[in-house]
This record gives sequence, C-alpha cells and structure tokens, in this order.
Amino acid sequence: MNNTPSLSYKAAFLLIIKRDLTIAFRHRDDILNPLLFFVIVVTLFPLGIGPESTTLSRIAPGIIWVAALLSTLLSLDRLFKSDHNDGSLEQMLLSPHPVFILVLGKIIAHWLLTGLPLILVAPLLAVLLHLNENSYGALMLTLLLGTPVLSLLGAIGVALTVGIKKGGVLLSLLVLPLYIPVLIFATSAIDTAAMNLPYSGQLAIIAALLFGSLTLAPFAVSAALKVSTN
Amino acid sequence: MQFDSISDFLEMGGYGFYVWLSYGVSALLLIILVIASNNQHKVVIERILARQKREKRLRLAAEQQNQQQVQNTSSVNQSEDEIKNINDSNEVSS
Amino acid sequence: MWKWLHPYANPEVSFHFTGKLMPWFSVLAAIFLSVGLVWALVFAPADYQQGESFRIFYIHVPAAMFSMSIYFAMAIAAFCSLVWQLKLSDAAASAMAPVGATFTAIALITGAAWGKPMWGTWWIWDARLTSELILLFLYLGVMALHNAFEDKNVAGKAAGILTLVGSINLPIIKYSVEWWNTLHQGATVSKLGKPSMTAEMFWPFLICFLGFAFLISTIICIRFRTELLSRNSMRPWVKKLLLSPEKLVPSSLSGDK
Repeated sequence: MNNTPSLSYKAAFLLIIKRDLTIAFRHRDDILNPLLFFVIVVTLFPLGIGPESTTLSRIAPGIIWVAALLSTLLSLDRLFKSDHNDGSLEQMLLSPHPVFILVLGKIIAHWLLTGLPLILVAPLLAVLLHLNENSYGALMLTLLLGTPVLSLLGAIGVALTVGIKKGGVLLSLLVLPLYIPVLIFATSAIDTAAMNLPYSGQLAIIAALLFGSLTLAPFAVSAALKVSTN
Repeated sequence: MQFDSISDFLEMGGYGFYVWLSYGVSALLLIILVIASNNQHKVVIERILARQKREKRLRLAAEQQNQQQVQNTSSVNQSEDEIKNINDSNEVSS
Repeated sequence: MWKWLHPYANPEVSFHFTGKLMPWFSVLAAIFLSVGLVWALVFAPADYQQGESFRIFYIHVPAAMFSMSIYFAMAIAAFCSLVWQLKLSDAAASAMAPVGATFTAIALITGAAWGKPMWGTWWIWDARLTSELILLFLYLGVMALHNAFEDKNVAGKAAGILTLVGSINLPIIKYSVEWWNTLHQGATVSKLGKPSMTAEMFWPFLICFLGFAFLISTIICIRFRTELLSRNSMRPWVKKLLLSPEKLVPSSLSGDK
C-alpha cells in the first residue's frame, strides 16, 4: 500500500495557511476585535496619564508594545481552540505530515491576521502618543521582527492550555514572562532611535529571538499539543 | 560575641527592623513549607488507607453475598431433591 | 556507565532510598542551620560599610543561589521525564516547584529588606531583581499549569514542557534585563576564584549554605515521597508498605528553620 502522503510538505503548509485565513475571514470579528482592543488600550493611556506631550512621547514605545503584547494574548485563544473543539486538531496530529509544518502554518496564519494589522495600525497610534519622529522606523522594524516572536511563543502557551477549561487567564501567566525579553529589547531600540543613536544591536537580538523561536517553538508546540489532546 | 547586650543584639546597630524582618519572614515561610509538606504526606497516606479499607469492606460484602447465594441455591436444590424423592416414592407406592 | 542509576527508575526503590537519606538530611540540616545562623547573627563581624544589616547576606545569597539551582534541577527532571518517559521524574519536578518558589520569594523579600537601608529603596528594576522576579513568575506558572489538569500524568508532561521552555528563556531574560540597567553589586562568591570577602564572613556563609542545602533536600525528599505514594497508590508495594506501621516523618527533624 502506498504510504507516502499525497501532498508535498509545501502543499500541506500552504493549505493550512489558506484554511486558517479562510476560516478567519468568515469570522471577521476575530481579526477586528484584537485590533480594536489594541487601539482602545493605547487610547486609554493619554486619558489616564494626562495629555502632556513630553510625558506621552517618553512612554509611547512602552505603551504601544505593551498594548501589542496584550492584544496578541487575546487573539491567541483562537489559534487552537475551535480546532480542538471539533476534533480537527487531533486529525492534524494524526496526519502523515510532520506536525512541525502544520503548526508553523497555523502560527504564520495567526501572525498574518494579528501581527500584520498591528504593524499597519501602529504608526497612527504613535501619532496619537506624540512619538518622537526619529523613532518611527525603529517602531516599525521592531514590530515587524517582534510580533512573529509573540505569535510563536504564545502558541506554546496556548498549546499547553488548550485542553483546560478557563485556560485564558492561566495563558497570560504562562506567556507574559516569556514575552519580556522582546519587550525590553524593542522598547530599548525605539528609545535609542529617539536619541538618533544606532539601534542595530537591539534589532539583531530581536531577530535572533525570531529565528531561534522560529526553529524551536514549533517543536515545543507539537509536544504540548500531543500532551493536551491525549 | 559581636554585641555587648541583648538590647544591642535586637537593635542590630540601627538596622534591627530590617534584619529581623528578613530572618523572621524567611523563618515563617520555611516553617509553613515544612508543615505543609508534612501535612500533605499524612493526608495522602490517610486517603490511601481509607480507600484500602473501603475496598476491603466492599470485597467482604461481595464475598458474603456470594456465600449466601450458594447457600440459597444449595437449600433450594435440597428441597427440590426431597420433593423428587417424595414423588418417586408416591409413584412407586401407587 | 550509568547502569548503576537504572534501579532508581523504579518508584519503590527510590522511595526507600529517599527514606533512608531523609533522616540524615534532616539531622545535618538542623545542625548546620543552628550553627550557621547563630554564627551569622551573633559571632560574625559587621561589615565595614554596611554595618549589622550585612547579616541579611547569610540568608539572602544562599536563597538566591538555591532559587536558580532548584529551577535547573526541575529542568533536568523535566528533560528526563520527556526523553526517557520516567514518571518518577514528573513526581520529582512537581515536588521541587513549591520549594523553589519559596526560596525565590525569600530571596526577593530579604533582598528588599536589605536594599531599603542600603540603597534607600525597597525595590529597583535592576537586572538581578527583575530576573529573580520573573523566575518567581515562572515557578508560579509551572505550579498553576500543573494544578489545572486533573490527570497527573498529563499535568506532569505539560508542566515539564513549560519548565524546559522557561529554562531556555531564563538566560535570555537575564541577559536582556542586564543590558537594561544594573545597580546590584557584582558576585561576591565566585566558584572558581577566591571569594572577595574575609574568612570571618566566608565560614558562616558556607555553613548556612550547607544548612539550607540539607533543609531543601529534606523537604524535597518528603514531597517526592508524597508524590510517589499518591501516584502509585494502586501498586502492591504501596499497599504492603502502609499495612506495616512505618515511621513516615522523621522525628529527628527538630529544627524548624
């Protein structure tokens, strides 16, 4: 009997991405809600701290990045929950294709739906917070390199908690400590750029985190999914 | 001996509050940890013993039931045999 | 080369082995801690700059060192459990987590109490304090994840994965926070070179360190044996063990520090 899978790895990978994107576009709320949360949270800070532009511009990088972390956290639930509920997650784990590829496909689809809109909206929010003009480039680059890391590390947390009822709060407790290095280096890069100094060092480290998690996180996610679905 | 008197010892050169806060909180946390660990150990053992007792009780009850059933069927068989004997003797006699 | 370790993968063998070690650990802990803490509090000299508040050092530094080494031990146990499927390692990891969390909390609190007279503030976001705080969050996260599952085997595997991910992330956190700010003094006790403190301070430190080491070993032994019993409660060796009256908690655990 022919045991080779009928799809090539590339075809399976692209199919998973297409599937997740299609499902997400049928439930547009899943894309828009985290984005709106991002916008609203950023808006709360000037209201809470006061509109003074010097204060706001000093804390703007931190606000934008913390809001990005929190809205990514909110959107992560969608990654495996509905697949777990209707059994398609187990089917994916049983398929002849390596789980690494399928998981990576799902995470990339998640980033396209969550991280990418964040990156596109961030400059507008930076204007609201009076971000220093020199920092815009750094803001975009750190978000571009950093948001995939958030999706990758967050996927580990979701995979561990997908079988638990009310796993949402536990997810934040597990994932936020892992997000801290990204937060620190990103805000440091943006602050350094505001002083017109080179920030390529911080970017290099975020890129290192990206490529490290790109290669290692899917293994952790697969192991966690196998544990959660047994 | 670094201190001249007990009050000097408690004062710790002005830092008494901080030193005793540290030592006190550490001691408290460790005492709680040790007591909790010991208690947990005892509770687990009690639970296992209780379950063993319950299982033994259920096993005994099941055995008793079986024995009763065996007795019942044997007594039923006995009376059946008696009835058969009487019938046979009746047949023979008639 | 490692064949001599193989019998200990059997829960019964490890249970009896730790049972034999525990009285020794508890006696040694009582001795070393009473000697060490009295020496630290009463006989050790005050520091030239920091005065009597330096006595906090004898609790703070061992606690901080153990908070990290217990996490490392948990990571090794998690690795063994995932790679060699040893259920015993899961039991060990879940036994160690609360102990590590306690020592992390002690390190943070004693550090804050030491920092207030020294630096004028209870807390500062410097590299070491921040990474220690995040270590506490990692411990609490592992404990919370473990408690969220009903099936202990699944719980152990999930907590093991989280421990390993955290252990890779811990040096990254350390490094990133170090780049961020630093006020905490450099290492006073180096394992390779001579410690940069006098002998009069080094000996009470060493004795306190060993005392805490034995105390941690005792507590982990108790918790490990509890975990083994509860996970293997259906096995005949457990049933036989509990039928015979057994000294389960060593009465020689006299000291309670």
